[in-house]
Amino acid sequence: MTTLQDAAADRTTTQPDGGAGRRQRAYSRTRVGPLTYVAMTLISLIFVLPLLWMLLTTFKTETDARSIPIHIMPGQWTLRAYHLIFADAANPVYLWLANSLMVSVLHMLLVVAVASMAAYALSRMEFVGRKLLFGVLIATLFVPGFIFFMPNYLTMSTLGWLDSIWALVVPGAANAFGVFFLRQFFLAIPRELEESALIDGANSWTIFTRIVLPLSKPALVTLAVLSFLGAWNDFVWPVFVLFSPDKMTLAPGLATLQGAYTTDYPVVMAGATLAAIPVLILYVVVQRYVIEGVANSGLKG
Amino acid sequence: MSRTALRHYRPWTPYLFVAPFVLLMLTFLIWPAIRGVWMSLHNWDFMLPGKPWVGLQNYRDLFDSGSVIFQPFWNGMQNTFLFVLISVPFLVTVPLGLSLLLNRKFPGRTFFRAVIFTPFVLGVAVVGVLFGYLFDPEVGLVNGLLSGIGLPKVAWLSSQPQAWITILITTIWWTIGFNAVIFLAGLQSLAQELYEAAELDGAGRWGQFRHITLPGLRNVFVFVLTTTILASANLFGQPYLLTHGGPGDSTTTAIMAMTNEGLRGFRMGTAAAMSYVLALALALVSIANFLLMRERK
Repeated sequence: MTTLQDAAADRTTTQPDGGAGRRQRAYSRTRVGPLTYVAMTLISLIFVLPLLWMLLTTFKTETDARSIPIHIMPGQWTLRAYHLIFADAANPVYLWLANSLMVSVLHMLLVVAVASMAAYALSRMEFVGRKLLFGVLIATLFVPGFIFFMPNYLTMSTLGWLDSIWALVVPGAANAFGVFFLRQFFLAIPRELEESALIDGANSWTIFTRIVLPLSKPALVTLAVLSFLGAWNDFVWPVFVLFSPDKMTLAPGLATLQGAYTTDYPVVMAGATLAAIPVLILYVVVQRYVIEGVANSGLKG
Repeated sequence: MSRTALRHYRPWTPYLFVAPFVLLMLTFLIWPAIRGVWMSLHNWDFMLPGKPWVGLQNYRDLFDSGSVIFQPFWNGMQNTFLFVLISVPFLVTVPLGLSLLLNRKFPGRTFFRAVIFTPFVLGVAVVGVLFGYLFDPEVGLVNGLLSGIGLPKVAWLSSQPQAWITILITTIWWTIGFNAVIFLAGLQSLAQELYEAAELDGAGRWGQFRHITLPGLRNVFVFVLTTTILASANLFGQPYLLTHGGPGDSTTTAIMAMTNEGLRGFRMGTAAAMSYVLALALALVSIANFLLMRERK
């Protein structure tokens, strides 16, 4: 617990990009020689080469992608795969891309809004039922997600959300992780700022939106990115609650594409590349937030 | 938490702040958890109007070798158990080794850390179709490389144990960065002074690892072990995309058996019962794990 608070405190006092405090604490016992770089480069290649292979394949002809012996570079560069997936009416990949973006953005906004409000009340206010709510929140974290598949499918059906993006946007926002994550961060913010605003006549909503949220930017960004990625990559739930070609998102869509183009690997890889590029861009931009967010989750224990 | 003398809110303000989240939680977590139990006590066919009460029959069927659900359910449970058993050692030790490598201070360290984490950002769908191509028995890169050096092709997806090996390799590649990053954070929270003291006492690198690093990582280790067991028990996307549960039903997991029954066959009463039995099994594993990993004197 303390570790997460320390990390949160670090980030309230330093710039959002400063993992500097952490870097100083990191110990270094051994000097590293060129061998470490060789090892790290080889390991990195294991992670990069398959992705490069995926990208190169999208520019190959179907026969080229199936040629034995393997040709690494496309014999003849072509955009055929991309033309195909954007023209395929049965598998409207551009709609899946739009749906994925919509689902992920809406889910992200909902999670951040709802979790930050609840986390603020839980970290700063006294109210009857607070302990109970907190206990229930903790309990829900221990229940595996598949328990909810059947009953939530019925709820989606009742709400008319089957085969609609709302089935992907809303139910996942009930996850308590965001509330805990932000609560830890809020607890580390000094109260004096809020108290002086209060003396100036601000109400709770103003204090929350004008003081607490702006101070919590690193935590909010981390939660936003993690929930965006979660919605973008969600697989098992969308596979079952979406069925119309025009309602699909990219993750379940890739399974459909794989079924429709069994041997036409450039097309399947083009779909995968489209699903990969937005999250890769996001990851490059906010890499530190993603990794620190995940790193902190382990130190809670 | 120190209470402030100033109260800046009306008595009902806190409830307004938590209301949206509580509403979501009641609708999509609490109510379904109860409704699932109710469903499991009925013959709840989604497609039929009548849902007759059957008491514990759905649960009895799961344990009755004469019922139609017995084979798919236990096959799924068995396969899931097998995957947990073979995958967890790799999914814990390989990232631990990587994190030790990354824990040394060298320029570019953050870059390597970011590279290793990349596959996890992509999600199982991208990783699944990509590895489906890489391990394609006819035209895949892996068999292409094998035949390039004169080795025979391997039926990666259509025979056993190759199919499990493919799923295992895919899972390691996809998730390794996640656990590595958590281990790395744990390593970096260890006090430098301990190592200096150990060095003065003449401890070698192995001694330092055994007596400082491992004990210091205990909590992080238990966390990683527990979450990895649960993640492996939830195996779905990799076999769904790579092997389609085959060859035969040898890579059909518990989650696949459950969704086949409930969300493909729409026999949701049985599927709900399956989900509770699986959850109970996982709870038992988690408790056993916790007891085993408790601080031993």
